[in-house]
Amino acid sequence: MSGQGMNLTLRVWRQAGSEAKGEFRFYQLNNVSEHMSFLEMLDVLNERLIKLGEEPVAFDHDCREGICGMCSLMINGQAHGPDNETTTCQLHMRRFRDGDTITIEPWRAKAFPVIRDLVVDRTSFDRVISAGGFVSVNAGNAPDANCLLVPKQDQEKAMDAAACIGCGACVAACKNASAMLFTSAKVSQMSLLPQGKPERAQRVLKMVAQMDEEGFGSCTNTSECEAACPAGISVDNIARLNREYLKAVVFSDEGV
Amino acid sequence: MFKVADSPLDGRVPDGAIADKWDNRKNELKLVSPNNKRKYDVIVVGTGLAGASAAASLAEMGYNVKAFCFQDSPRRAHSIAAQGGINAAKNYPNDGDSIWRLFYDTVKGGDFRARESNVFRLASVSGSIIDQCVAQGVPFAREYGGTLANRTFGGAQVSRTFYARGQTGQQLLLGAYSSLMRQVGAGKVTLMPRREMMDLIVDEGVTRGIVCRNLKTGEMEAHTGHAVVLATGGYGNVFYLSTNAKGCNVTAAWRCHRRGAYFANPCYTQIHPTCIPVSGDYQSKLTLMSESLRNDGRVWVPKSADDKRAPNEIPEDDRDYYLERRYPAFGNMVPRDVASRAAKERCDEGFGVGETKQAVYLDFKHAIERDGEDVIRSKYGNLFHMYQKITAENPYQVPMRIYPAVHYTMGGLWVDYNLESSVPGLFVLGEANFSDHGANRLGASALMQGLADGYFVLPYTVGDHIGKHGSSLKPLGNDHPVVQEALESATSRVNSILAVNGTKSPDSIHRQLGQIMWDKCGMARTAAGLKQAAEEIRALRDVFWNEVKVLGTGDSFNQNLEHAGRLADFLEFAELFATDAWHREESCGGHFREEHQTEDNEARRDDENFCYAAAWEFQGVGEQPVLHKEPMEFNEVALSTRSYK
Repeated sequence: MSGQGMNLTLRVWRQAGSEAKGEFRFYQLNNVSEHMSFLEMLDVLNERLIKLGEEPVAFDHDCREGICGMCSLMINGQAHGPDNETTTCQLHMRRFRDGDTITIEPWRAKAFPVIRDLVVDRTSFDRVISAGGFVSVNAGNAPDANCLLVPKQDQEKAMDAAACIGCGACVAACKNASAMLFTSAKVSQMSLLPQGKPERAQRVLKMVAQMDEEGFGSCTNTSECEAACPAGISVDNIARLNREYLKAVVFSDEGV
Repeated sequence: MFKVADSPLDGRVPDGAIADKWDNRKNELKLVSPNNKRKYDVIVVGTGLAGASAAASLAEMGYNVKAFCFQDSPRRAHSIAAQGGINAAKNYPNDGDSIWRLFYDTVKGGDFRARESNVFRLASVSGSIIDQCVAQGVPFAREYGGTLANRTFGGAQVSRTFYARGQTGQQLLLGAYSSLMRQVGAGKVTLMPRREMMDLIVDEGVTRGIVCRNLKTGEMEAHTGHAVVLATGGYGNVFYLSTNAKGCNVTAAWRCHRRGAYFANPCYTQIHPTCIPVSGDYQSKLTLMSESLRNDGRVWVPKSADDKRAPNEIPEDDRDYYLERRYPAFGNMVPRDVASRAAKERCDEGFGVGETKQAVYLDFKHAIERDGEDVIRSKYGNLFHMYQKITAENPYQVPMRIYPAVHYTMGGLWVDYNLESSVPGLFVLGEANFSDHGANRLGASALMQGLADGYFVLPYTVGDHIGKHGSSLKPLGNDHPVVQEALESATSRVNSILAVNGTKSPDSIHRQLGQIMWDKCGMARTAAGLKQAAEEIRALRDVFWNEVKVLGTGDSFNQNLEHAGRLADFLEFAELFATDAWHREESCGGHFREEHQTEDNEARRDDENFCYAAAWEFQGVGEQPVLHKEPMEFNEVALSTRSYK
């Protein structure tokens, strides 16, 4: 792919450690091919920084095919950048223009403290899942899979919710740093399926309690989370969580 | 280039008829009583399908588990990227499937280089995996009546693949992860994310623990217990460009190899036929398009090498559907190794398409005409979406361009029937071991193996080791000489890398290694090329240790240092890879030696001389390894030439 690439100015958040003071630094990057992915563009930047003797920019990434949820980045103020239903690793430079300045920041939320540069700690999500995002079934206990019939439309809805990749874009996009979309996706998946019914009430209560304990904010239904979500998780799930929560509080023995 | 051990290696396969072997073994295994399990600690490295399912199952049984992964969360493990599906011999479609058929297909698909007894066990427990996953709430695709749906995959003539859209790996992993997190919440599993395993702790010949680097702080930590379970995936990234996640590496397995665990069949690499082709020299990884697409997509190239027309302007008569032409019985659904080689053959002959001529078409025109765009969208929507994002082309309108890429590694640490390595107390699961896929893995079988090992094999066999040795193993403190030695060796390796202070980035050296591997150890290999590859790898290892440049410190979050450490191990491992490929004077599955092919370019196996697993024993970097041969015996499926015609 020869020919003239784009010349870009990158404004990148640099922070040496969780306690260090961060700042934006500017980098000029020339001849960027439009076929590069956004992370490949950062790879090129890092190779150049190593040559210059400056420590490369730290950013989380792994599968680079939009499914592991490890990559993040606020790109010009948008979680995962400008494309709909696209993770940063799947964003391509053809989305940008020659001469652009691109601002790159980490997720910013109290429950996602910065580790270094663009890398944040998202273990709070794991703790929300461990509070109740499961069916309590030990290996070896299961009946034949076809003993349990699940209407296709319920399975499809459950799958829509289960597609969450746990990247945290919903939290980063939310002005309150709420984790409602993330939590509701798991609650919805389980409440839509018969397997999730026995623990339905305690699941939603415990997961919401853990979410609050981690320091995520409240949901005010602005739907920024849905707009930012690379996996297309709908805010309908939040409504479903709220119904589940209300039912659990009012009707179940678990309610307080 | 190597020495050969005097006596054959014993896979410790149980006696009895093939269908009884696993029951017979379970009857012999020692048990640990429920009250005693809480006295024992098991370390599980890796949290993909195999690791997460093993860690969850062990904790459910009562053991204390520590689970390690290098990512920020166990849910990131690369199993998550598996797209197409998971095989199981449920025979729900009533099309004649059985445990026997799944076993037969897998043995044949592996080109008669897998251990027959392991494959039979895999097929026997396959149904229980689906049951377990459904019970966890995995949203598999269903029919309108509410029963589970199936689709067809390569190398099979029945529909036995269960799937969740194009995200089956994701849903299975999130199922295993949810079981794991349940045990974390219950206090039975301690989660150790952002840890890189650096070494294995072995005392008096028995595995006692691991040393790992805390990637957040750089601190070296020793963790000891009564058994170590390694589920750290494959080594495809030795090729630099592969469909693996960027972090996938051979380090944990290689460190165990250096401590005495044999490495088996490293040359068996799966090159997946349907990946998005390379677009430029900045390319950081390759993206797979699921094999399930071949159910509805037809693979072709123009009949004329200099056809410059756009694909949609090329009439049917001028297209060569070469898979359908060469393999009428299986057509587009031939196994991966066969499809990959056929694509390479067409491109080498000059019939490739696209700007680089290193691609073939995967065309959905007929399927869309037959079923309508909506049906195709519901089956493969997310894959088409991904293709369009990467290439900016709409595959509903123009055929996909695809080319083979490194995808999966069948080789791995040698294990016996109990999945125990040659170092007692070290168990190896999933892609990290060698046992079930022979020289080629069939589609939708990796997920099956990972979960079979983790849910239904390891939980039994680890108890045998603990039952025999558990009570005699005294706790090892950090001041114990073997722990000290392992900690110091890991620290000094990190310091040596930082001390080089040369001029070349780890990434640039890794790309060079990848080029050597792809050119000389890739889809077509020759004795001369492999020998030269080994020399070039040795030279590149010197370049690394004299010229690599890693900035920053060892006691901080330092991704460049992580990469350099993994690369250092790839550079040692790659030489063994080339040696293994050089020594295997035959073609089988993913290992194709140009000297050994039939007149119509099919692989020619040599069962007389090479019907064994090659398990290599480490003798030192640059020293000649020792080859242990475990004969592969085929008592159930007769050795035969694999044909998909």
